[in-house]
Amino acid sequence: MTKKEVDDRFKKFGTVSFTAITKTNDFITYLEEGKVMGSKCKDCEAIFFPPRSDCSKCMQSNMEWFEVTGTGKLLSFSELKYGPVGFEDDLPYTIALLDYGSYKVFGRIAKDIPYEDLSVGMELKTRCNTLPNNQLNYVFTRP
Amino acid sequence: MGKVGIIGVGQSRFVRGYPGSIRELAFEGFKEAVQDAKIETKDIDASIIASAPEYDKQRSPAGVIAEYLGLIPQPTFYIESVCSSSSAALKVAYSMVKAGLHDSVAIIGFQKMSEISSSESQERMGRGADIQWESPFGTMMPAYYAMYAQAHMAKYGSRLEDLAKIRVKAATYGQINEKAVYRKPVTMEMFTDPESNMSATVAKPLRVGDCCANADGSSCIIVANEEKAKAMCDKPVWILGIGAASEAVNMAGRDLLTGLSVGIEAGKQAYKMAGVTPKDIDVAEVHDCFTIAEMMAYENLGFAKSGEGKDLIGSKETYKEGSIPVNIDGGLLSKGHPIGATGGSQIRTIVLQLRGEAGEMQVKDPEIGLVHNIGGVGLYGNVTILGR
Repeated sequence: MTKKEVDDRFKKFGTVSFTAITKTNDFITYLEEGKVMGSKCKDCEAIFFPPRSDCSKCMQSNMEWFEVTGTGKLLSFSELKYGPVGFEDDLPYTIALLDYGSYKVFGRIAKDIPYEDLSVGMELKTRCNTLPNNQLNYVFTRP
Repeated sequence: MGKVGIIGVGQSRFVRGYPGSIRELAFEGFKEAVQDAKIETKDIDASIIASAPEYDKQRSPAGVIAEYLGLIPQPTFYIESVCSSSSAALKVAYSMVKAGLHDSVAIIGFQKMSEISSSESQERMGRGADIQWESPFGTMMPAYYAMYAQAHMAKYGSRLEDLAKIRVKAATYGQINEKAVYRKPVTMEMFTDPESNMSATVAKPLRVGDCCANADGSSCIIVANEEKAKAMCDKPVWILGIGAASEAVNMAGRDLLTGLSVGIEAGKQAYKMAGVTPKDIDVAEVHDCFTIAEMMAYENLGFAKSGEGKDLIGSKETYKEGSIPVNIDGGLLSKGHPIGATGGSQIRTIVLQLRGEAGEMQVKDPEIGLVHNIGGVGLYGNVTILGR
């Protein structure tokens, strides 16, 4: 008899992942394919980013995936000079929030944009990114 | 139904590296409150213990602390909402007294942040937000508040020097508060002096000087129903309004980045319940875990219009002699921020102000005071309005 396989794909997310098992594990498979995905409720059409398995608007659990495409407006950002344990090699890095209109995306600014070039209101796009430790995340970059 | 009054308040000194255990730390704040109320432990019908459990080695600290304080066999409960734990506990205590379940309840908030090592603490700091979707990007508390600062500056033109003024004010009063952990002065020049630690960047645009001082400490508030409060206490301070709110843990789930929605919502509830407006507040304690947090609190509580917080601090209206004195005990910035004890300490400060017992920190004859206590990065908000 083979041991039951555990679907722990989510441990691939980010420099350090704190979650291994979630019903949104397909998010990681999409990231591997180069797609950043949110979720949409098939029953009430509510849109969620970050994605979720359950709809808090209509209490159903019939979600489908949608791709984060186009550009979003930079709402705010901060460059960290100190990081938590496990993030030391990434420093300095900049976290940020993009507004896509019907949803927002929180992530990091791509290393190729200098901090001085950032300003609230500028348009950026979201793309998948492989980190030096082979973990996956997504970053914001110029369109 | 009658009112609920505060009959005793206490707090330990806020210090770095408390030389004792969590139960001994909790005893310090509790003892002061019991002596302040001039009661005995048998007069307390129930206790609520408040802390942020990620800093505790002791599992379920409520029972351990209740026993050490002599509060058994009375029931004890544990309440957590990170930095606003003891304000949340006050709301629960209020409900218990108001419902007639207990005549008097003690709220004991504590935090021994030095209970865990610096590396353990650093590890926990990385898990302060949504661990599934945001922590993997390497988030920290100062960086989140820095995002609020960035957005506030972009929208309203507030400047780093406006934030520095808030720290200078905090240090002015931290120096005269014998319970404060940081008792040194801070000057505007320190923020531009590369030799000064205050000017070092933590998370752009926030600097060391914009961040509160970690500390170990405890606080205690004892509440009682109207009949008992009047019988036991010469100068009860009444809870006039008490509001609480929550917000999405994800930044992606938030609409407002230039203020904390939980502060606005909890404030509205408290003002409505108390039947007062921001103009009626004579003295306030607000949650200044970072300088930007105090500036947003001015605006979110209606002490200033949105974007005009910088003018309020610029004209020194939030100093002791100003129209709305704020954090005249040094605030979290200088008095220190032992997470679970902070709300109780803020409430104690306002109670002493309303009784006219705040010593050198006393503002002129206040009748109504407000306490604004935030948990996490605007994840939980509690606003309490107190009156004589």
